[in-house]
Amino acid sequence: MSRLGKCTRRAFLGLGVGAAGGLAVGYYFYQKPYANPLDANKAEGDTPFNPYVMISADNTITIIAPRAEMGQGTHTTLAALVAEELEVPLEQVVVEHGPSSPAYFNAAMFEESAPFPFYDEGVMAEIARGSMKIVAKFLGMNVTGGSSSMTDAFVKMREAGYTARFVLLKAAAEHFGTSEDNLTLADGTITDTTSGKTVTYGELASKAVNISPPTEMKLKKASDWKILGKSQKRVEIKDKVTGGRIFGIDVQLPDMRYGTVRMAPRKGVSLKSYDKTAALAIPGVTDVVEIRTIAGEGLGVVADNTWAAFKGAEVLEIEWDDPLSLQNTDQMWSALENALTQEATFELGGTGSDAEVYTSIPASEEVSAQYRVPFLAHATMEPMNATAQHDGSTIRIWTGTQAPGIVQTVVASHFDMDSADIDVTTTRLGGGFGRRLDADFALYASVIAEATAPHPVKVTWTREEDTQHDTYRPMAIGEFKGQVTPDGTLKTMDMHVASPSIIKSVMPRTFPAISPVGPDNTVLDGAYNQPLDVENQRCQAHVADLQVPVGFWRSVGNSINGFFHESFVDEAAHKAGKDPLEFRLAHMTSEEFLPAREALKRVAEMSGWGTPLPAGKGRGIAHVLSFGTWTAQVVQVDVTDDTVTIEEVWAVADPGIVLDPGMFKDQIMSGINFGLSQALGQEITWADGQVEQANFDSFDAMRMYQAPKITVELLENSPRMGGAGEPGTPPSTPALANAIFAATGKRIRQMPLSNEIDFI
Amino acid sequence: MYPKIPLTVNGQNREIEADPEMPLLWALRDIMDIKGPKFGCGVAACGACTVLIDGEPVRSCSQPVGDVEGEITTIEGISQGNELHAVQQAWMKHSVPQCGYCQAGQIMAAVALLEEIPNPTDEDISDAMTNLCRCGTYPKIKAAIKDAAQTLGA
Repeated sequence: MSRLGKCTRRAFLGLGVGAAGGLAVGYYFYQKPYANPLDANKAEGDTPFNPYVMISADNTITIIAPRAEMGQGTHTTLAALVAEELEVPLEQVVVEHGPSSPAYFNAAMFEESAPFPFYDEGVMAEIARGSMKIVAKFLGMNVTGGSSSMTDAFVKMREAGYTARFVLLKAAAEHFGTSEDNLTLADGTITDTTSGKTVTYGELASKAVNISPPTEMKLKKASDWKILGKSQKRVEIKDKVTGGRIFGIDVQLPDMRYGTVRMAPRKGVSLKSYDKTAALAIPGVTDVVEIRTIAGEGLGVVADNTWAAFKGAEVLEIEWDDPLSLQNTDQMWSALENALTQEATFELGGTGSDAEVYTSIPASEEVSAQYRVPFLAHATMEPMNATAQHDGSTIRIWTGTQAPGIVQTVVASHFDMDSADIDVTTTRLGGGFGRRLDADFALYASVIAEATAPHPVKVTWTREEDTQHDTYRPMAIGEFKGQVTPDGTLKTMDMHVASPSIIKSVMPRTFPAISPVGPDNTVLDGAYNQPLDVENQRCQAHVADLQVPVGFWRSVGNSINGFFHESFVDEAAHKAGKDPLEFRLAHMTSEEFLPAREALKRVAEMSGWGTPLPAGKGRGIAHVLSFGTWTAQVVQVDVTDDTVTIEEVWAVADPGIVLDPGMFKDQIMSGINFGLSQALGQEITWADGQVEQANFDSFDAMRMYQAPKITVELLENSPRMGGAGEPGTPPSTPALANAIFAATGKRIRQMPLSNEIDFI
Repeated sequence: MYPKIPLTVNGQNREIEADPEMPLLWALRDIMDIKGPKFGCGVAACGACTVLIDGEPVRSCSQPVGDVEGEITTIEGISQGNELHAVQQAWMKHSVPQCGYCQAGQIMAAVALLEEIPNPTDEDISDAMTNLCRCGTYPKIKAAIKDAAQTLGA
């Protein structure tokens, strides 16, 4: 399975963020830590120990969880990492997102961005992962994405807790005039067992912080964990059952104005002319502002309430200048079809077999299929919004963002200011799913805030604006061909994927100064890096620019290729006349694929795989390895009167280490329903240069009456740690399509499945 | 410039000056600074803005404030002092919320459902709970409603 032979230097510099020159900067600078951002903001009596731990004189213990809380429970589990080593219960700590600072860079997200399969631990793969980590630090990517928060924080946040505990114990020994062996810690208090006297962390903090930190990190063994590995209550749960004012849209500032935007249909279309008379005639509307930015052009409407701004935006008369050649979805499909006929843009993985093997498959042994998926919107429940205040020399922004550092960079670059003068407060997010990795909503609010200065302005998008100005999950075509020998072996697999490149679309919007180098592995994620033993494998990308902004959508390329790959393996199994489970297991015999085999076997047991079902019912199975988590699913459907009911889903996920089983299972459940929602009818289509869908009536998602029963189990066989937020999504759609095939004999190769069969 | 509109919100008598056509949602959020009801779609399709008017669930984004007759209850008004409503407690017990944005609306819809049908079946729940949740927390919402039904019935 070696993939090293094909690796060029260009390739291992990685996808998008191969910062020109960045990798050449010396080791010393990489090793030098960033300044502690808490030092700048501390109040009287506060003692910051490191960027993650601050203890106040009154014994308030604040843990900084510098990742976006968008439902995945990251604040709870990040805080648990610190609390475990600090020996304090979660109930006793205050958890804050903290300031935007490069000190909170996310190395793990970029590590997994290097174009090597997760299980490839060869030298070249390790070097590439290391390079990406250095890049992340230089760029100060304080980013939440790629299901990477725990992998990134697992060591460094436990170390943050440990170093604080280490110096607190030393300070306590000095305080009591005794040896550390006589001290016990519990609930933020240290007891001298010889005298029974106690002292709180808060009382020791200012002294402890001056003690030299440990040179060796003696982290607890997993078997000694009290908090980690156990299900915790979400730290913010009370706010979320009481309608708490925790989201960006809830920000309320003195003398605040309200606004909205009406943007050009997409980036590349410019604002030609407009008439604002009708808008200004709406009672409450006070201003109309031109927006011309790197992310898009359009108009902002300012009013004394949000509803008036919406009404004003609706009646604006605008003429756009649209030079783009691809105006409708049919033209875009043609562009992808054309790309498939061209030489591949790049290839990843594969066995390096002679090209001839793919053209000399005997007709009787050939299995081939073409799959298609449409553009998809993220449709977060909370529409895009941001509040901004521009005072001439600084801009303050309050918003639910997955990337406060990117907001700073993009806004600073627009106003030709220093990033340090852009202050970002990250609120809780009413859904992210990758949409809030972009900075457009914060940028537009900042432009409008320049006009409302000195007053702050909260800019809220309508649902229609949100649906029609997303950074979409790419549409794509997968052309798959294979050879199944008479003994039922999948001997050859040739995968061609035509799709726009997410990285090529994202980089000019976010880091215009950096040119993406190397292959964008997101185009092939979920196809080139799957645990399957096939003698001849080739996976090629055919990149086409469809002139539509595309972005990261929960599970990214895996959401596309998981459907293609696992539908195809099912088709190959049927061609071979084998049970799809047995067929998979027979092609996963490599030692490193053990987690996949175990996940599949367990999910088969849970679902009663192989036991007979009444007519009209069927089960489908799929396995996708994504974001380091091996995930197997079985979907069971009932098809009565040509209408599909998704009855039940069983899932087994193996992330190697489970830090919070309850939270992890919730994420797998959520990922499944997010994935299945696509099949039920989601698609974004274009006509006359405009998105045709606008609100939940035309771009809906799963509702209660459609929701299946879901059972999730977790395994810990994997040798490395994987993520939670995304891996539930990719196997859900192929497992569903495979189940519909099992129930009806109808093979549906295009999403949404609802275009070819009805769902309840 | 705008007429005065009397309203009863969470047991308090209020009077606001607003365009009577303004949806109740925006009157609550932007004028009265009551942020529990959330904006999701503006066309009564998602339910994030659900409030009760005389106990009936209403999608406040599509209810003109000038036409409101009856007492308005938002999520801020269902707990008794520090004691959360049984539905809220069940939501905490089952760890229902993920991003949490739709949950105020879901909870209000569930409160109304249990007022009408104290012991709802799965079908009753599917019929009544039409609010959208993009995190897909439906199985937990269902479990929490059944749990709250037991608590309230006890």
